[in-house]
Amino acid sequence: MTEVELSPEVSEYTEVHRHPEPKGFIAKWIFSVDHKVIGIQYLLLALVAAFVGMGLSLLVRLRLVWPERSFGILGDLFPVGAPDGVMTPEFYLAMLTMHGTIMVFMVLTTAPQGGFGNYFLPIQIGAADMAFPRLNMLSFWTTFVSFSFLIAAFFVEGGAPMAGWTGYPPLSAVPEAAVQGIGQDLWVVSIAFFCIASLLAALNFIVTTLDLRAKGLTMMRLPLTVWTWFVTAILGLLAFGVLLAAGVLLLMDRNMGTSFFVPGGLVVSDKAIDHSGGSPILWQHLFWFFGHPEVYIAILPGMGVTSHLLATFARKQVYGYKAMVYAIAAIGILGFVVWGHHMFVSGMSPYSAFVFSVLTMCIGVPSAIKTFNWIGTLWGGQIRFTSPMLYSIGFVSLFVSGGLSGIFLGQPTIDLYFHDTYFVVAHFHLIMGVAAIFGMFAGVAFWFPKMFGRWMDEGLGKIHFWCTFIGVYAIFGPMHYLGMLPHPRRYAEFTGVDYLQTGSAGELHYFITIAAMFTITAQFLFLFNFVKSIFAGKPCTEANPWEATTLEWAIPSPPPHDNFGGKVPHIYRGSYDFSLPGAKRDFAMQCNKDEAVYGSAAGGD
Amino acid sequence: MGTGFWAGIVIWLISLAMAIPFITQWWWMPDPITALGREIDRAFMWTLIGTGVIFILAQATLGYAAWKFGRRSGARARDMHGNNKLELIWTSAALVIFVALTLAGFSVWAEVRFIEQRAADPTPDRLVVEVTGQQFVWNMRYAGEDNKFGPVDFLQADDAGGNPVGVDRGHPDGADDIMVPEMRVPVNKEVELILKSKDVLHNFFVPELRIKLDTVPGLVGKLRFTPDTVGKYEIVCSELCGLGHYKMRSFLHVVSAEDYDAWLQEQAEFL
Ligand code: HEM
Ligand SMILES: [Cu+2]
Ligand SMILES: [Cu+2]
Repeated sequence: MTEVELSPEVSEYTEVHRHPEPKGFIAKWIFSVDHKVIGIQYLLLALVAAFVGMGLSLLVRLRLVWPERSFGILGDLFPVGAPDGVMTPEFYLAMLTMHGTIMVFMVLTTAPQGGFGNYFLPIQIGAADMAFPRLNMLSFWTTFVSFSFLIAAFFVEGGAPMAGWTGYPPLSAVPEAAVQGIGQDLWVVSIAFFCIASLLAALNFIVTTLDLRAKGLTMMRLPLTVWTWFVTAILGLLAFGVLLAAGVLLLMDRNMGTSFFVPGGLVVSDKAIDHSGGSPILWQHLFWFFGHPEVYIAILPGMGVTSHLLATFARKQVYGYKAMVYAIAAIGILGFVVWGHHMFVSGMSPYSAFVFSVLTMCIGVPSAIKTFNWIGTLWGGQIRFTSPMLYSIGFVSLFVSGGLSGIFLGQPTIDLYFHDTYFVVAHFHLIMGVAAIFGMFAGVAFWFPKMFGRWMDEGLGKIHFWCTFIGVYAIFGPMHYLGMLPHPRRYAEFTGVDYLQTGSAGELHYFITIAAMFTITAQFLFLFNFVKSIFAGKPCTEANPWEATTLEWAIPSPPPHDNFGGKVPHIYRGSYDFSLPGAKRDFAMQCNKDEAVYGSAAGGD
Repeated sequence: MGTGFWAGIVIWLISLAMAIPFITQWWWMPDPITALGREIDRAFMWTLIGTGVIFILAQATLGYAAWKFGRRSGARARDMHGNNKLELIWTSAALVIFVALTLAGFSVWAEVRFIEQRAADPTPDRLVVEVTGQQFVWNMRYAGEDNKFGPVDFLQADDAGGNPVGVDRGHPDGADDIMVPEMRVPVNKEVELILKSKDVLHNFFVPELRIKLDTVPGLVGKLRFTPDTVGKYEIVCSELCGLGHYKMRSFLHVVSAEDYDAWLQEQAEFL
């Protein structure tokens, strides 16, 4: 085995046994047990899914503005859903459902955790791999199977499901009520596989974080990225099991004559439905018991990356590190007791609204702490405006914009008006969708040189940032105003509502669609930059080009097969020792105990 | 001008652009037609002010930080670990504002939704209308002369024959029940809605009333309101119910007491 050269920053290390490198293409790149390869597999899956999901959102936007217009190629691709290229309302709902499902599960739940978490959690804690590498491989391939089932739903008879990403029964449970048939079954099966994959992955992350940390790396010295991956895994462990159970029950309701979610006495299009005794609201409880933690599963890793990058590029310690850790934990705990805020008008007991709304307001507190500390981290810094830093600053702005509209929706009285309007669509896109995606952009731009040993094009990165930052505000900002009118969501067109004809709903829609076309086009800049840089980017041979402090920057770029070559560095300090007073250099790596580096003595650089 | 300057400017401009339509009320809610609706609007306005101030403060500081703290050669970042006191003040202020807003709204919520739970009811003189959602229409039922709803059986429903919810016309209570596709109520009289669904979830929503509630098959939902402005208002379905969801709507006509009586008379004659 080739000797791995650790950075001279590593003061001391422990020798551990080495893992032999796998041989052959398949073992190395397909059924790999290497967490780094699996991480990249997750990232690629998310990338493909993101472009599919974005394409679907384009269809959604096009139909809203031009409901009657024929889009030639669509007619060839979907002769039933879009005869002669004109999208039917049910086709709109199918595209919308697939858009939401793909974005939430296949993008937001894969890349931040499965992608970056897999790749960097072991390295940042000084481990050679995850605790259970085979399980890790199984998680990815189960996710892949899940994705395949979901995509298959486009091509079966009846087409993709149209019950929304939330799949509320009876619409999702009673085939007679909706036009799709097997598509909805595939959707449920896909979700079930996804749950299994996420459960396995969650176990792996938790055990790895608890058991495989390097000597000296106490919990309170962990990078905030590791903290967020760890808490996200705990959320996943507790949440996905519930969704899995709900999914299995729904599948049985659809195919085996059970009635968990379907009450008796239903009459659909003058036809009696043979079910009795189920409750549609039960599904909503189970779904949102998963669903609310899920939004934190999507956003927490982004928060971790943001904290990490703001400190690194402002050359400052994370402002209030401990408060940040407690806030992450508080979000994790409170995240499980607020699901009812999605159900204020569902018909559940009105008493419970009191509890759910007060708890929802409480979750605003850790969010306020985080925002305060992010700005505190920038304050008095020496900010280097690299593209990853710009994405991180964008994240903070989007998080604030998206978070505050939650204060409206968390109050049952105000939710009476805004529930299921575009105000909600604006809210969750900003906070969950776009903010999380900015976290991913930041992660890609930041870790690219480490992962691939090459640079992404910084100029292109910046152009992409500006287009996307302005673009997403242009798309989702006006959706708040649509919500004021109030424009209901999940409407295939708005011609059916009188009050939307007289006002300027049409103009707002038009503006949003143009902004979406612009923003979607800009994403090809990112794709181009990403793919081109993997093969032809400027080589990066340094171990630590950003002058960062955590362990991944103490090993070669790209990292060797078992990360540290059997030499696990010892840790001497917290993750964010930037600009220590009197220090000769403005950062001190975690693995460096040399007082000279941050003392006034010579020899630091 | 460095990148930080532009980042700051852009964040400021975007925040301003987001805020202005809210300040000028450019795209706005239709005027409410109930006292409760006005109270809900007040709750909305207070929330708008509270969150608006935080929004501007947070975005402005973020933009300022980007603008101000760009890298200068030779300079060092400040050594700051955090400030527990400031943190505590900011977060408890946020908590107090948010929770206060929520608590303040509870009485309205109770009035809208605590219907079964309110024991003795001083105003028995109230118009009860039953609303049954079905893909993709609304069915309104009035109890008729006897003030009693007859028994229904969805299986006996006859959409074409004017009996979409299957009222038992043979039953004495059901004989005079009135079925209509649009709702008509007298002004300044309390209305109680009984919300049901034949098939899937729907949601009864009238923007001017500021209230909505899912119609859940197998359950009975209740809403109360007292409209004080004559007019024609739209009922829009606000829970995904299938391919025709977007066109599932009806109207609420709030009319004078005389017009209402005349209309009721007319409907009764049809039977
Ligand atoms: C290219 C950017 C995007 C555009 C233009 C876009 C557009 C839209 C629109 C217009 C709707 C609502 C339509 C309706 O209610 O009738 C929607 C729904 C949704 N979007 Fe997006 N979106 C984008 C990106 C994302 C991202 C990044 C996520 C990730 C969270 C996401 C998740 C969802 C979800 C969960 C729904 C709800 C689906 C449902 O109602 O079942 N979207 N999107
Ligand atoms: Cu939630
Ligand atoms: Cu509907």
